[in-house]
Amino acid sequence: MGRTLAEKVWDDHVVRRAEGEPDLLFIDLHLLHEVTSPQAFDGLRLSGRTVRRTDLTIATEDHNTPTLDIDKPIADPVSRTQLETLRKNCAEFGVRLHPLGDVEQGVVHVVGPQLGLTQPGTTVVCGDSHTSTHGAFGALAFGIGTSQVEHVLATQTLPMPKFKTMAITVEGELPDGVTAKDLILAIIAKIGTGGGQGYVIEYRGSAIEKLSMEARMTVCNMSIEAGARAGMIAPDETTFAYLKGRPHAPEGEDWDAAVAYWKTLRTDDDAVFDHEVYIDAARLAPFVTWGTNPGQGAPLSAAVPDPASFADPSERLAAEKALEYMGLRPDQPLRDIAVDTVFVGSCTNGRIEDLRSAASVLEGRKVADGLRMLVVPGSVRVALQAVEEGLDKVFTAAGAEWRHAGCSMCLGMNPDQLAPGERSASTSNRNFEGRQGKGGRTHLVSPQVAAATAVLGHLASPADLSDVRTPVEA
Amino acid sequence: MEAFTTHTGRAVPLRRSNVDTDQIIPAHWLKKVTRNGFEDGLFEAWRKDQDFVLNQPERHGATVLVAGPDFGTGSSREHAVWALQNYGFKTVLSSRFADIFRGNSLKNGLLTVVVPQDVIERLWKLTESDPAAEITVDLVAREVRAEGLTQSFELDDNARWRLLEGLDDISLTLRHEADIAEYESSRPAYKPRTVEV
Repeated sequence: MGRTLAEKVWDDHVVRRAEGEPDLLFIDLHLLHEVTSPQAFDGLRLSGRTVRRTDLTIATEDHNTPTLDIDKPIADPVSRTQLETLRKNCAEFGVRLHPLGDVEQGVVHVVGPQLGLTQPGTTVVCGDSHTSTHGAFGALAFGIGTSQVEHVLATQTLPMPKFKTMAITVEGELPDGVTAKDLILAIIAKIGTGGGQGYVIEYRGSAIEKLSMEARMTVCNMSIEAGARAGMIAPDETTFAYLKGRPHAPEGEDWDAAVAYWKTLRTDDDAVFDHEVYIDAARLAPFVTWGTNPGQGAPLSAAVPDPASFADPSERLAAEKALEYMGLRPDQPLRDIAVDTVFVGSCTNGRIEDLRSAASVLEGRKVADGLRMLVVPGSVRVALQAVEEGLDKVFTAAGAEWRHAGCSMCLGMNPDQLAPGERSASTSNRNFEGRQGKGGRTHLVSPQVAAATAVLGHLASPADLSDVRTPVEA
Repeated sequence: MEAFTTHTGRAVPLRRSNVDTDQIIPAHWLKKVTRNGFEDGLFEAWRKDQDFVLNQPERHGATVLVAGPDFGTGSSREHAVWALQNYGFKTVLSSRFADIFRGNSLKNGLLTVVVPQDVIERLWKLTESDPAAEITVDLVAREVRAEGLTQSFELDDNARWRLLEGLDDISLTLRHEADIAEYESSRPAYKPRTVEV
């Protein structure tokens, strides 16, 4: 019987297989950041161990970093200590680090791909659940805990329990104004936050093949929000074209050998998935969340559901609690929900295409009175590219704040937070209670919906903007 | 890792589904660089409500958390496991755990036990009506026991053995160092390296 893409990559990394034990997998790339690594380095020190493969390990600073005044000492002493701890650990153990202020700094899942380190058929891990992002290249990429971070530092391997395979096939053409973000939000609403539990998902079908690499990353990024172990997309010409010429992409004969291998990374025709889901792309619409987990979403044109409409008692209770926390009424049209803050950024939607997409909506328009809009590029490289294209000017002319790179308001570990009761439309990945700040309320949206919402002051898509644009003065 | 064989204790019934790790330990606690001192951050936002189950005096000293489905979703933060352990929990029961949280818990000796939702419902009823009721989680026999209830649970032999012995994964892996070295010697040249170019 044939094998799926995930099984092929898995099999190619088995260091040791023994009856009754999890497979021991070799890890090709280990990404580190300041939050989930300090206790792992401490563990190494306590047991007198070293980092086995510093040449397969790379660190950056993202979760805690401020997006303003980055040339000044970090105000929060606890954040500062955590960043200093990473710097000391990387120096002591010989790990390459891109700290705040470095041109390669940024959100770890934006940095890996743009350096060309994330490649098809590799295993990638990071102490961060959104490591699933890297699956867009046909890599097997897992978020891991700190004990596992220590394990990979010490051994460059991980014992991993067997997984199940799921295919999510998306056929057809995404309608205008419907993006990868809308697609993945619709998928999560369909299969639920636990629907992917135990599975590695492979996204496939004509609609997936047409997506750019960055859009594929958006889809794979949120696999974890469906509970999946990982998400993957088979590498193709789009993947190869993205990688060619990047700093760490193979060159010359190595490139040819790599591409020859990468081309084998497709699910065999006779392979069987443990579970299959089909989605018709043409039926999708801009999608937003109304609740406090990413599965609680609906098309923008819909209304907040009535908890009484849920048959499952635990889902009904969850919807009741979500509406209470979110300050929403059943049957309230989603378009009527007014927001205080719009956040464009994160490992989900902080890449150049996302900024272009938001800027194209904002160009010649103004952010609504009293609304705060933060635009946080995913990395310094993304920021530089945006500046080169003049996108920063579009944002600031519209009244948005153009910030430095980092995770920022996706999780509010730095000063970028919602105040209690504030409501955001956010291009990030999690609408959990308090995620963007204690008492803050989050609606997950695409960059286009974020920008249209910023203009109108309530949840909206670009199609709702009937105004004439103000020409930008030269 | 702390070994786990069998544990008996009073319970906290947590009637919520989809408890994500942001609720278990909010992000601002993640700035700490140690594995301890997270107990006050456990369910921090919910504990502001005096009626929250953890604040009820009869729940003080409880060591068994009986949770709703999809416990531990979201962020991979192992701090969620440390916070539960720092607070005093030894074991968590649910009908479904998020994968990363489950892996993290078993690596720290916090036994996460999967039992059907109807068993969770019975345990909720039992411990809500009698806060002094005790639950036993027996890893040797792979059984959950409480008044009027005996329920077996699954845990693969390898994970069970590591928990019973309190074994360190890294030491176990390093027994196979030769296998790792052999694998490394045959990796293709085109594989990426992080060395600056």
